[in-house]
Amino acid sequence: MYEFSYHKPASVADAVKLLSADPEARPISGGMTLLPALKLRLSKPTALVDLSGIAELRGIRRDGGTIVVGALAKHYEVATNADIKAAIPALAWMASTIGDTQVRNRGTMGGSVANNDPSADYPAALLALGATIQTDRRKLSADEFFTGMFSTALDTGELVTAIHIPVPEKAGYAKMKNPASRYSMAGVFVARGPAGVRVAVNGAGANGAFRAPQMEAALQANWSPDAVAGVKMDPAMMNGDIHGSAEYRAHLVTVMAKRAVQNAG
Amino acid sequence: MNVVAPFEGIGASVRRKEDLRFLSGRGQYTDDINRPGQTHAWILRSPHAHAAIQGLDTAAAKAMPGVLAVFVGADMAADNVGGIPCGWQIHNKDGSPMAEPPHPALAIGKVRHVGDPVAVVIAETKQQARDAAEAIVVDYAPLPAAATMEQALKPGAPQIHDGAPGNLCYDWHIGDRAVLDAAFAKAHKVVSFETTNNRLVPNAMEPRAAIGEYDAQSGDYTLYTTSQNPHVIRLLMGAFVLHIPEAKLRVVAPDVGGGFGSKIYHYAEEAIVTWASAKVKRPIKWTAERTESFMSDAHGRDHVTKAELALDAQGKILGLKVHTHANMGAYLSTFAPCVPTYLYATLLSGVYVMPVIYAEVKAVFTNTVPVDAYRGAGRPEATYLLERLMDVAAKEMGLDRVEFRRRNFIPVDAFPYQTPVALQYDSGNYFATLDAALETADWKGFEARRAAAAAKGKLRGIGISTYLEACGIAPSAVVGSLGARAGLYEVGTIRVHPTGSVTVLTGAHSHGQGHETTFAQLVADRLGVPIANVDVVHGDTAKVPFGMGTYGSRSLAVGGSAMVKAMDKIVAKGKRIAAHLMEASVEDVEFDRGTFRVAGTDKTKSLTDISLAAYVPHNYPIEEIEPGLEETAFYDPKNFTYPGGCHIAEVEIDAETGKVSMVNFTAVDDVGRVINPMIVEGQVQGGVAQGIGQALLESAIYDDQGQLISGSMMDYTMPRADDLAPVSVATHTTLCTHNPLGVKGCGEVGAIGSPPAVINAVVDALRDYGVRHIEMPATPAKIWNIIHGGRRAAAE
Ligand SMILES: Cc1cc2nc3c(=O)[nH]c(=O)nc-3n(C[C@H](O)[C@H](O)[C@H](O)COP(=O)(O)OP(=O)(O)OC[C@H]3O[C@@H](n4cnc5c(N)ncnc54)[C@H](O)[C@@H]3O)c2cc1C
Repeated sequence: MYEFSYHKPASVADAVKLLSADPEARPISGGMTLLPALKLRLSKPTALVDLSGIAELRGIRRDGGTIVVGALAKHYEVATNADIKAAIPALAWMASTIGDTQVRNRGTMGGSVANNDPSADYPAALLALGATIQTDRRKLSADEFFTGMFSTALDTGELVTAIHIPVPEKAGYAKMKNPASRYSMAGVFVARGPAGVRVAVNGAGANGAFRAPQMEAALQANWSPDAVAGVKMDPAMMNGDIHGSAEYRAHLVTVMAKRAVQNAG
Repeated sequence: MNVVAPFEGIGASVRRKEDLRFLSGRGQYTDDINRPGQTHAWILRSPHAHAAIQGLDTAAAKAMPGVLAVFVGADMAADNVGGIPCGWQIHNKDGSPMAEPPHPALAIGKVRHVGDPVAVVIAETKQQARDAAEAIVVDYAPLPAAATMEQALKPGAPQIHDGAPGNLCYDWHIGDRAVLDAAFAKAHKVVSFETTNNRLVPNAMEPRAAIGEYDAQSGDYTLYTTSQNPHVIRLLMGAFVLHIPEAKLRVVAPDVGGGFGSKIYHYAEEAIVTWASAKVKRPIKWTAERTESFMSDAHGRDHVTKAELALDAQGKILGLKVHTHANMGAYLSTFAPCVPTYLYATLLSGVYVMPVIYAEVKAVFTNTVPVDAYRGAGRPEATYLLERLMDVAAKEMGLDRVEFRRRNFIPVDAFPYQTPVALQYDSGNYFATLDAALETADWKGFEARRAAAAAKGKLRGIGISTYLEACGIAPSAVVGSLGARAGLYEVGTIRVHPTGSVTVLTGAHSHGQGHETTFAQLVADRLGVPIANVDVVHGDTAKVPFGMGTYGSRSLAVGGSAMVKAMDKIVAKGKRIAAHLMEASVEDVEFDRGTFRVAGTDKTKSLTDISLAAYVPHNYPIEEIEPGLEETAFYDPKNFTYPGGCHIAEVEIDAETGKVSMVNFTAVDDVGRVINPMIVEGQVQGGVAQGIGQALLESAIYDDQGQLISGSMMDYTMPRADDLAPVSVATHTTLCTHNPLGVKGCGEVGAIGSPPAVINAVVDALRDYGVRHIEMPATPAKIWNIIHGGRRAAAE
């Protein structure tokens, strides 16, 4: 780590003020992504603005047909929250598969979506569920928000404050974990709800999480595992590395889509 | 009331004495030690695999806050510091010695692998040292790298060392080529097989660390270090690198969090902090980050091998020919040269009658981290090759793989058995371990389980490995004649205190093996002292007379035997004292577990009576016997020991993803006499976990430029609990015939026997896809490629 100064504001307004005053300052939530980067000296912020003292970023509640998740909600809370388990069990299950016990008790949904790691779980879920990301200054649909790997529509100093998730009729998730990191190597989240059928993929894409329109069409016509089992993905869109080629990932996406529909019931 | 003490001697599964300390976080590891006035070192390492150092400017770094000093290779050279030595010399086919290029602790003129140390900064804090290291300006001129053996051996390949033309370290062989050729000429069938033994990163849980401390008053040096063998480090570093006499150099290896071989070797950082502590006149601590472990701990395995097995029409082996390239990495680590030769080629007979074997081994320098012994060292490579080859050959001969093995086993009555590759096995019964394993694994019921799995869309396979290894290393004269620059005896002191408690000083070192318990059990068994009253001291050259340390499953076979010898001396002396006290003749005194008795009488003296008399010698034959009750013995083994056995793996493959799941693992091992069955079970399970790791998960991968791609836990797959299967461990004992305990060793068998069992199971699971072989690690992507390719081939 390099030296940095440390702030712990009590409100979103104060946090935003600190962050706008210094473009090299960074917000920190669970620190599960940012701290390793600091320790490896891959990141050199002048200051850390610790969000953990901001009460308004906490909590998970149901608001009619929407689940509202505070940016500071930990993976463990998402996995065990009664409203989420009742309304979107696939999302609760997804959260329970992220990292390990320690990570799930530190890492937050806000931190994860702001980071938009191509192998992270949540971005695909929020794309498929048609979620809205609320920031300190505006609301963005998931489609607008996620703009490519490690990239989002957030401006410098802009904070994710909550995530609004419409409750679907059905949703399912399946993923193949990377054998080493245990992040997603190919994960597919399927949902059928107010916004129609939506399918999104994490882990496999060459440019981060993405929606799969062919699969959406196939499932719109026929909501069954078999409907997606025949939809081939284009390897040119996929990422290849020592753990698997783009062809392998393209194949896995189809398999995981099939299993996700199975899991959705 | 008559309370019977629980039996704690040989054969008792007593709980490990050290576990309370470890499990409650009270272990004292090197990094837990803080010396008064301690400073911190940060090592600047090469980001290039191969580069000339054209300039090195440390001025800015020296001016940074908190910095005491910055040193580079030239500073050490100016002080006459020697290079990191190699402890084993191999000779080429033509009798000339291997190439042994210099290995400076800090690079001089050139860097040869990513992670090669270039400079050290000593500062008040680690942060300051690291900050300053970033201010060092190194002018590298990158050179083409030879990241693989194939690249290194190509004509016109980048030359890594001036003294090693063609990047060849040695070209060695063993066996009779002419006899082999004759055998092959008569063969009914010759089965060829090629394989790569994957490169592994040891990844002990505790990263390496070292603290150097110089006492200006006395001129004494102390090195605290994460070592499996502190006396060896004192010898190597004192005599060859820093020129400090033994009496002025203390090496302490306190609690050590796993070694697996990687902490045998003398590393540059140990020499750097010890040397520099005298320069800055303050203690200096260095602790590796995990990233540094990946690029500076010696790696393991990394062989490329071609083999041919000649068979007669009945499936009897006529001969074996092996050609291996072994990667040494950029420099020779302490024992690297002996691993692919005397710990590998000499094992190629396995558990089989092989009339003739010829093996040639080329050791190759590459621009990678040095490679050395890693749990099993050479024997896993030999076992993997043989046990895969046996499966391939059985299939090509149309023979059942179990029957084919049985047909070639060394008969039970053939021991001692002389192999064609130097070793003489003292004892074993490979039929017994095979039968027990087949029974436990329900080999017969497998096809039904396979069918049941198929109904669920899973491909199920079963694989077997009947293996042997040589450990308990080793007779000094033998290894000396083979190139070792050290003896391989062990040392044990038994100190019986006045009131009868015992301190054991051992030259072995425990870093997970449970010596504090097992060794105490030896004392309980022989001297009748409760293990609570036995303290086992190890890991400090100031306390233990001498020692060669722990590796090659040698601690009990060699270190335990030294203790037995020392206890023999205690008993002999005790008998003389007892004879005096009981007014009997020495010949009439018997000793059994703590009690001296005049034979045929009820006259007895306890060990405590004798120790009290020895330390308070009022009524004592002082003219004939010295006071005190402490004995030391050096034990040099007469032969290696030869554990062996049978491992059976059962796997299920998800055909859609290629993911292999272990569903069962059976190990039946002959490790000789078992002192503590629970500890043996733990050692075998741990070894099997590492073997499964090698077979399915682990691989150190370099790119063409010599960058380690799998350089962190994000990309290097360490086995986790859910990657493993329930491991059923059983033992079948034939006693070692040449050491007093009859023990063979259990530390490495798990890692040696298991990889081929797992791969044989994977290949079996894929039997419908026409797969002859799959290289380790059998990752989901690799298996999917096979299934996918197979399906496509079938469709075309
Ligand atoms: C061992 C391990 C395993 C893991 N496995 C998985 C896995 O399987 N799947 C998975 O999805 N993730 C995994 N993760 C990542 C984990 O989920 C992280 O917690 C998550 O990605 C980031 O959340 P955080 O709260 O820790 O964010 P932080 O590390 O605190 O921050 C991450 C980034 O987001 C920014 N940030 C944080 N909060 C906000 C906000 N409210 N508004 C705007 N920007 C913000 C920070 O400045 C930083 O750039 C793993 C992590 C570890 C260490």
